[in-house]
Amino acid sequence: MTALDHSGNPLRAKATFLGRMHEWVSTADHKKLGVMYVTTGLLFFLIGGLEATMMRWQLAVPDSSLLSPSDFNRLFTMHGTTMVFLVGMPILLGVANYIIPMQIGARDLAFPRLNAFGFWLFLFGGLLLYFSYFGAQGLYGMGSSPDVGWFAYAPLTERTYSRGHSTDYWILGLLVSSFGSIATGINLITTILTMRCPGMTLMKMPVMVWVMLIDAILIMIAMPPLAAAQVMLLFDRLMGAHFFDVQGGGSAILWQNLFWFFGHPEVYILILPAFAYVSEIIPVFCRKVIFGYPLMVAATVSIGFISLGVWVHHLFALGLSPMVNTIFMGSTMLIAIPTGLKMFNWVGTMIGGKIRFDTPMLFSTGFLALFLIGGLTGVMLSVVPFDWQVSDSYFVVGHFHYVLFGGLVFAIFAAIYYWFPKVTGKMLSETLGKWQFWLLFIGFNLTFGPMHVSGMLGMPRRIYTYHADRGWELWNMLSSIGVLVQIAGVTFFVWNVIQSLRKGKDAGADPWDGWTLEWATTSPPPEYNFEEIPKVYSCRPLWDLKHPEDPDWKYE
Amino acid sequence: MTTLKAQSMTVQAPPEPKSQLLNSGKCGMLCLIVSEIAFFGTLLAVYLFYIGKDPVGTIAPSDVLDVSVAPMKVVFNSIFLLTSSIWITLAVRCLARGNIMGFALWWLLTILFGAEFLVGTGMEWYGLIAVEGLTIRTNLFGSGFFTVVGFHAAHVTIGLFLLSLVFVLTCLGKMHKRHAEKVELLSWYWHFVDGIWIAVFTIVYILGN
Amino acid sequence: MSRRITPASRRSLLRGIAIAMLAAIFLAVPEAWATAPICENGATASPTMFAPRSVPAKMILDLSWLVWGICFGIFLIMEGLIILCIFKYRRAKDDDTEAPQIYGSNPIELAWTIVPTLIVFVLFLVSARTIFEIEKTSAPEGSLEITVIGHQWWWEFDYPEYGFVTANELHVPATRDGKRVPIYLTLESNDVIHSFWVPQLGGKTDVVPNHINHLWLEPTMTGTYVGQCAEYCGTQHANMLITVVVHPEEEFEKWVAHQKTEAVDDDTVAVGRDLFQRTACINCHTIRGTVANGTFAPDLTHLMSRSVIGSGVVSNTADNLAIWVYDPQILKPGCRMPSMKLTKKDVTEIVQYLLTLK
Repeated sequence: MTALDHSGNPLRAKATFLGRMHEWVSTADHKKLGVMYVTTGLLFFLIGGLEATMMRWQLAVPDSSLLSPSDFNRLFTMHGTTMVFLVGMPILLGVANYIIPMQIGARDLAFPRLNAFGFWLFLFGGLLLYFSYFGAQGLYGMGSSPDVGWFAYAPLTERTYSRGHSTDYWILGLLVSSFGSIATGINLITTILTMRCPGMTLMKMPVMVWVMLIDAILIMIAMPPLAAAQVMLLFDRLMGAHFFDVQGGGSAILWQNLFWFFGHPEVYILILPAFAYVSEIIPVFCRKVIFGYPLMVAATVSIGFISLGVWVHHLFALGLSPMVNTIFMGSTMLIAIPTGLKMFNWVGTMIGGKIRFDTPMLFSTGFLALFLIGGLTGVMLSVVPFDWQVSDSYFVVGHFHYVLFGGLVFAIFAAIYYWFPKVTGKMLSETLGKWQFWLLFIGFNLTFGPMHVSGMLGMPRRIYTYHADRGWELWNMLSSIGVLVQIAGVTFFVWNVIQSLRKGKDAGADPWDGWTLEWATTSPPPEYNFEEIPKVYSCRPLWDLKHPEDPDWKYE
Repeated sequence: MTTLKAQSMTVQAPPEPKSQLLNSGKCGMLCLIVSEIAFFGTLLAVYLFYIGKDPVGTIAPSDVLDVSVAPMKVVFNSIFLLTSSIWITLAVRCLARGNIMGFALWWLLTILFGAEFLVGTGMEWYGLIAVEGLTIRTNLFGSGFFTVVGFHAAHVTIGLFLLSLVFVLTCLGKMHKRHAEKVELLSWYWHFVDGIWIAVFTIVYILGN
Repeated sequence: MSRRITPASRRSLLRGIAIAMLAAIFLAVPEAWATAPICENGATASPTMFAPRSVPAKMILDLSWLVWGICFGIFLIMEGLIILCIFKYRRAKDDDTEAPQIYGSNPIELAWTIVPTLIVFVLFLVSARTIFEIEKTSAPEGSLEITVIGHQWWWEFDYPEYGFVTANELHVPATRDGKRVPIYLTLESNDVIHSFWVPQLGGKTDVVPNHINHLWLEPTMTGTYVGQCAEYCGTQHANMLITVVVHPEEEFEKWVAHQKTEAVDDDTVAVGRDLFQRTACINCHTIRGTVANGTFAPDLTHLMSRSVIGSGVVSNTADNLAIWVYDPQILKPGCRMPSMKLTKKDVTEIVQYLLTLK
C-alpha cells in the first residue's frame, strides 16, 4: 500500500506541469471532469457577461453609436447562445457530474470514458462557436460571429439573408456541444438508475438526484429535435435543401415549432438544477428535513412531463388559431402549479427551522425571492392577450433573467459556496461571499427590474438603439448602472475563489453538518470516493448516523 | 472521521438493504435509442408536415416512389432489412449458449442482409438522382426524402460497421459466451434501425403517396 | 471590512433592501402608467400599453389589471412569508440543536395544491374569453381593410379599397359616417419574419413570409401613435418604426383624395427628375405618373406628405434627404439601399425634385 496524503490520495512524486496537464486532459474521473465543466462554464460566464456589459453600455443612452448595428446584433446572439449552451449546460452537467455519484454512493458515472468524451465535445463545440469571430468571414467578406439571435428564426438564417458562414458556425458549434450534452445526459440517467448504493431505493434518493434524473431525461428527449432542426437548416444552407426556405415553399413557422419544442424544455433543463441545489441547501441550513418529500418528487416529475407540451407559448404572437393559443395557455398555466408547490415546500421547510444564514443559504434565499418574481411574470406571460403586448419586448427579457439569473445563477452560486469546501478542501470566505451576494442582489434588481417597465412602455428586445422621444431613457439608464454593481459583485467572487484556493480555511469532511453521502468522505474526496460502498436506510443517511436515537428511516 | 460502518451500532438496526439489479449497459442503450427516436421523430414529423406542400409541376412522390407500380425494389429491400433482425436474434441466442460457430454464421447472414439493403438504397438513389433528376435541391420532397432516408442509411452503415467489427473479432477467435450480453446490446441497436425503417417506409412510401 | 456586522445592523440592512426591492419593482407599474400623461389627441410620451387608444388594446389592459392583481397578491404573500422566515426563524447564536423535524403535512400540501389550481382555472377562463374576442379570423362588418407588407427594414401599406400604396406611415380614420370603424390589417412579409406592434392600438402580431396573418384595431381616439417591428429581422431591426395616424373623418378623406393623385409634375425641377429617371432609382422606387415603377422600396409618389424617412430613422427634412440620397448607409447602416455614388450637384438636383413630391 502506498502512502496516502491528507485526503487519502496516494502520494505521487511531485508532478511536473506537463504531467499534471496530461492527468487532467486524459482523465475520466467524474470529479475532475465536474471541475473542468464548472470552470469552463464560469469562464464562458465571464465572456457572456462582458458581451452583456457592452450591450448595456450601448443602450444606456438613446441614439447611441458606440457599437455598429451588426456588432450589437452579434453581441446579443453570442450572449444568448453562450449563456444557455456554454454556461448553463456545462455548469449543471458539471455539478451533477461531481455530486450525483457521491450522493448515490457510487465511485463514478456509469460510463466514465463517455463522460470525458461528452466534456470534450462540449468544450470544442464552444470553441468552434467562438472561432466564428475569426473564421466566418466567408466568400463575401460578410460575417464574423453569428448575428441571427439565439433562436435563429428562419428564414433570417437562410443563405439569402445570412451570407458568409457565421450561421454555419452557430449550427455546427451547437450540434457538437449538444451531442456532448446528450451523451452526458444518458450517462447520468444510467448512473442514477443503476449505480445507487445498497438501500437507496428510488424514494430514498436525495431530492437533487430525483431532479437531476428528470433533468437528464429532458436532455435526452429535447436535444435531439434541436439537432435534427439544425441539421435541416445546415442542409438548406450548404446543399440547397428547402426546409425553411420560404421561396421554395418551406415554412418559417415550422422552424419556430421545432426550435421551441427543444427550447422550452431547455428552459426547464436549466432551471431544474437550480431547484435541485436549493432543495439540498435549504434543509441543511434550516436544520430541518425537506417539507413534503413525496410531493417534491411528484412536482418534479410533472414539471418534466408538462414542460414537453408548452412550447407554443413562445408563438402566441405568430397568428395561430385562437383554439391553439388557448390550449397552450392552459398547459402553460398548468406548469405553474407544480412549480408553485416547490416554492411552498421550500418555504415550508424554512418555517419552524433554525436558519443559519451562511453564504449558500443567503444565495438560496435570494433564489427564492427572485425566482418567485420570474415565476409570477411567467404566469402573466402565459395570459395570451397580455403576451400579445409584451412578448418580444424588454418585459420578456426581464422575466427570463429573473428566472435564469435570479433563479439559476443565484442557485449556482449557492451551490458553489456549498460544495466548494468538498471539492477543494478549503472554505470560501464568508465576508467576501456576503459582499458578493448583496452587490449581486442589488445590481441584479437594478438591471432587470426596470426592464419590465421599459417593455410595457413599448420597447422591443434586440434593438441596437432607440430614439430619445419614447420615454425609455430612465429605465435603460437604471439597467445599465445596475450592470456596474453586478460587475463589482462578480469581481468579489473571482477574488474570493483565488484567495480561498491559496489560503482558505481548512474545510474538514463535513463543514456544514450535511446529511447526504458526499459529506461522509474526505474533502477533497479520494479518487474512489468511498473506501467502502455505503449502505443507506433513508433519504438522509448522515442524519441517521448523527442521530441514532431518532433516525429518519423510522418515519419513511 | 465517521464512517458509515458505525450504522451497525445503532440502537435498532433497520432491515438489511438489497442491491439493485438493473444493468447499466442495457439502460444506456435504451436511453440512446430513445434519443435517436426523438431525432428521427423530428425528421419524420417534418416530412409529414411537408407532404403535398410542393408547388405543382415538380417531381412528386407518386412519380417516383409508387410502391404499387414498382413493388419489387423497395419492398424487396425492406424484407432483407427486417429479416436480418431475426438472424441477429438467432446469433445472440447461439452465443449465449456458447455456440460460437452458429453465432458466426447467423451474424454473417445479418451483415449480408444489411449490406444488401444498403446496396438497394444506393441503387434507388442512383435511379432517383441520375434518371429521374430528383436531388435534395429539387423541392421539399427531395429535401425531405434524401434527409430522412439518408439518415436512416447512415445508421445502417454505422450498424454494419459495428457488426463487421464483431465479426472480425469472432474470426480472430476473440468472442466468447461471456460477450453475449454486449452483443445483445448491439442487436438492440440493430432492431432499432429496423424499427425506424418501418416508420420511414410507412411515412415516405405509403403515406407520402 | 474587519468590523463584525451586528445582527441588528444586518437586520436593518436586510429590511432596507427588501423595501427598496419591493419599491423598485412594484412601484414601477403605477410609475409606468404615470409616465404616460394624456397629451393632445390621445398621443402619449411613450408607446405604452397603459394608455390604450383602441378597443382591443383596452380589452388587453383590462385583463392585464386582473392578472397583475392576482400575481401581485401571490407575490406579497410569498415574499412576506420568506421575509418572515428570515427574521423569525433565524438561529440564535448559541443554539446548536436541530430544529424539530417535520416531514410534511397532507392537509397543508393538499391545500396548497388545490388553491393555486383554482386560481389558475379562473385565470384561464377569463383569458380564454378575451382571446376569442380579440383574435378575429374574418374582417368585422364595415371595417377598413389594409394590407401591411413587411420588408427589411420598412413597412408597405397597401389600401386596396382606394387603390394606392404608401410606406411607413399608416393613416386610418377614427370614424366613418360618424361611426367608429374597425381597421382590419392583413399582414404579409416580403422576406423574413417581422412583427407589427403599436402598443396603444393593440397587441403585436407577427408578419410571416408564406403565411397570412390578420390584426384587428379599432381606434377610439384621433392622434398619432408610434410602434415598431417587434421580431428581430436583421441588421436594422431597431429602425423599423411604425407611425399610425388616426384622423378625424374629413381629414382622412382629404388625405385619401390626395394620395390617389399622381405625382406632381413640376418642370422647374426637370434636371433632378431626369437624373432620377436615368439612375437606378426607378428600379426600386415607384413614382406614379412617371416611368419609375420599382416595388422593392417605398413608393415615393407623395414622399413629402410623410414626416419621416428611412422608416423613422430621421425626420423628413431637405438636409436629411440630401444625406440619405448621397449615402443612406450614413443614416441607417446596413440598410438595403446602396450609395448611388452621385456627385454633390446631382444629389442637390434630385433632392430638389423629391421635395416637390408633396
